[in-house]
Amino acid sequence: MAANIPTNAQVQGGIGTAAPHIGHDAHHDEHEHHDQHWLFKYVFSQDHKVIAKQFLITGIFWAILGGTLSSLFRLQLGWPESTMEWLTPFLGKWIEAGKLNPEFYLALVTMHGTIMVFFVLTAGLSGTFSNFLIPLQVGARDMASGFMNMLSYWFFFLSSIIMFTSLFLETGPASAGWTIYPPLSALPQAIPGSGAGMTMWLVSMALFIISQLLGGVNYITTVINLRTRGMSMSKLPLTIWSFFLTAILGLLSFPVLFSAALLLIFDRSFGTSFFLSDIYIAGQALPNVGGSPILFQHLFWFLGHPEVYIVIMPAMGMVSEILATNSRKPIFGYRAMIGSLMGISLLSFVVWAHHMFITGMNPFLGSVFMFLTLIIAVPSAVKTFNWLATLWRGNIRFTTAMMFSIGFVSLFISGGLTGIILGNAALDIQMHNTYFVVAHFHLVMGSSAFFGLFAGVYHWFPKMFGRHMDEKLGYIHFWLTFLGVYLVFLPMHYVGIAGFPRRYYAWTGFDTFSQFADLNKFISVAAILAFFAQFVFIINFFYSIFRGRRATENPWNSTTLEWTTPVSPGHGNWPGEIPAVYRWPYDYSKPGAAEDFIPQNVPYSQTQSSNLPYERDME
Amino acid sequence: MSTTSTTQTLSPSTSHEEPRSGTWDGGNEPFKASYGKLMMWFFLLSDAFTFAAFLTTYGLVRHRHLAYTGDHKDFVFSSAYWPIPDKVFNSFPGLHGMDLPLAFVALMTMILIFSSVTMVLAVEAGHRMDKADVQKWLLWTLLFGATFVSCQAWEWSHFIHGTDHGLKMLDGTTFFGANLHANEYGPVLFADLFFFITGFHGTHVFSGLCLLAYCFIATTNGTFEKRGHYEMVEKVGLYWHFVDLVWVFVFTFFYLV
Repeated sequence: MAANIPTNAQVQGGIGTAAPHIGHDAHHDEHEHHDQHWLFKYVFSQDHKVIAKQFLITGIFWAILGGTLSSLFRLQLGWPESTMEWLTPFLGKWIEAGKLNPEFYLALVTMHGTIMVFFVLTAGLSGTFSNFLIPLQVGARDMASGFMNMLSYWFFFLSSIIMFTSLFLETGPASAGWTIYPPLSALPQAIPGSGAGMTMWLVSMALFIISQLLGGVNYITTVINLRTRGMSMSKLPLTIWSFFLTAILGLLSFPVLFSAALLLIFDRSFGTSFFLSDIYIAGQALPNVGGSPILFQHLFWFLGHPEVYIVIMPAMGMVSEILATNSRKPIFGYRAMIGSLMGISLLSFVVWAHHMFITGMNPFLGSVFMFLTLIIAVPSAVKTFNWLATLWRGNIRFTTAMMFSIGFVSLFISGGLTGIILGNAALDIQMHNTYFVVAHFHLVMGSSAFFGLFAGVYHWFPKMFGRHMDEKLGYIHFWLTFLGVYLVFLPMHYVGIAGFPRRYYAWTGFDTFSQFADLNKFISVAAILAFFAQFVFIINFFYSIFRGRRATENPWNSTTLEWTTPVSPGHGNWPGEIPAVYRWPYDYSKPGAAEDFIPQNVPYSQTQSSNLPYERDME
Repeated sequence: MSTTSTTQTLSPSTSHEEPRSGTWDGGNEPFKASYGKLMMWFFLLSDAFTFAAFLTTYGLVRHRHLAYTGDHKDFVFSSAYWPIPDKVFNSFPGLHGMDLPLAFVALMTMILIFSSVTMVLAVEAGHRMDKADVQKWLLWTLLFGATFVSCQAWEWSHFIHGTDHGLKMLDGTTFFGANLHANEYGPVLFADLFFFITGFHGTHVFSGLCLLAYCFIATTNGTFEKRGHYEMVEKVGLYWHFVDLVWVFVFTFFYLV
């Protein structure tokens, strides 16, 4: 019975097939998309391309906010003795007698982490590009369920509103770190930030998880069911493989955070003791007995670790695509790239406790997790060497997207190496909760993922808006960001090795650390400059939407299906029939071919001069 | 910097060559399931992880508490060790004072399992496009499901009000029943977890009832008949079976182990 039910896309495809030679408008008359009210065309749109742009622009908003928060606490760390009276117009009562309120410092760190990890690098990155690229690159008219896709954005929007509102609470937003460990986060009497701010954090995250779930099931089913004719799993671009596996990670790990959040909500609001036991506050014993805060850490990191791969894998996929396109070479080791993505996905679920080496775990268990963690270096190295081998002797075009992709590889290597250090339980015990950890994850997952995001925006901007972003501004943005990131995070490793702890409002009370005052000031200057460099991007982005150089259909001479659509594809993506796929997505510089790229929808019968022996059977 | 290609020597659109068409070669549904059904499966997979997290929590918390080691018939309630389920859940509506360990919950479980059977029959009737049978079996499923939730309500209310004897507290008072802060049966977390996990499951059953009610109304109005298939009944059926399956685990952990 089920096989008889036509899917959304098949119905649309069928209409296209029935009238393949009728132009763009004729196709759309049958769908009534041109007559839509602007509210449903641009705001409550079910078109995956519009939803992608909504995610991107909301993500940019959050990124500016997240960056601003980090600049504020870098000011505190760089110049702990100076007066911050000038910030009173912005921060109000959080500036007390010219000093940043220490409670608010914690709130800044917490919200910076939450915003960057979830709202920018999860929703902004995979929300944007999974939505934009999956239907275009697999050859579908839209996502499997446009309606659920729309809901996914609006749940994210609602979650954003709540998180944003919590910034303006009298007691401040959540302040227990982005990992919100109880008991600190569970007890409103512990710090002001564990009051209403924490409640709103939890509600916002619950909505965020629903948004992720709605998006995730859509991405997965679209990749499985809506691939165009000929698009086998081994002909998918690596972008799609990475989005597909990212969605699976999200689908399986976010529900566990949901469980943890729900249990924490009960502990906070209804007096249960799931994460609480034997606690004294101001000499008063709390009635809660029997729970375990370490349980929360297990639940949290069961999400938290896959989460870092949810952040980095879409960037890996896009970088693979951009490196191959701009090296004019096939990606090196296509199947190894897929295998390593699968390996990383699998391993990401069995390494969570390496975040907990010092929280009182059985040392034997620690060694098991250490062993599993270090194995991740293998698929990561496979990917890195494949990227380098793709670049090797390539006919490289240094587009802005390519610069950011190469920057990604650089940052991933630099940040990944320190991961091997931190993955060792014995070394981690020394390094844990120092700035070494901060430097590590900001390079390997924060900055790298940002570089992947920028690369993706520069590369697919022509398909999103029909125009190019300015290249000169792009290069300025790249160099300022690339140098900025290294100038911030390289010295931070050094400060960390010296033992400087994370999350400290000021170190001025400790003589040991006063020698790092200059270095901290240096980091702060670099961080704030790198933050301001991002406005070059933002100006370029919004200017280019309206005034950028007009793009052609396939400006990068790329092989994948999104470049076979019109310059600005309408709802339904292809005016006529959806193209069929005959070959893998990396036929660049194939010997004997007429041009240095052969799109996926070109049959072998048309490329007889370049066909390899085994491909002759498919002519 | 970028190069533009205006001259395409290849013209793919003119080709009518057919690409390969195996199970995974695209242009079809590799699992022979519509996107909606796939989505339901993936949602259930996700939901299974939510429940798994709760049941893991249960296991961990229970492991942190002492188990009762004495003789079964000498067992008394105490917050010092985890209670024996036989001794907590031993009452039956209308049979006050009798010791009937797990009798009522066994009945509840049977009812829920029966509702899965009637659900299967509803889905099967949908395959045959037999509107009257779909209605009939959906109604039976609704009835059994609603009975299960009602039984759970009785179970909860009995659990909350407590036994006749209660538990002597340190300050000399007697505490009856259970709430989220204290209970007469055992450690605080015994009742916390009972309320939380059976409550979360009950919420799922209740959502399932709402979906079933929607299906019943839509069937009666002929919506599915016009649509030409009863796939919605099938999708709700998947959900309903999942909720049943989860109960089997909840039942095992809370009542049997």
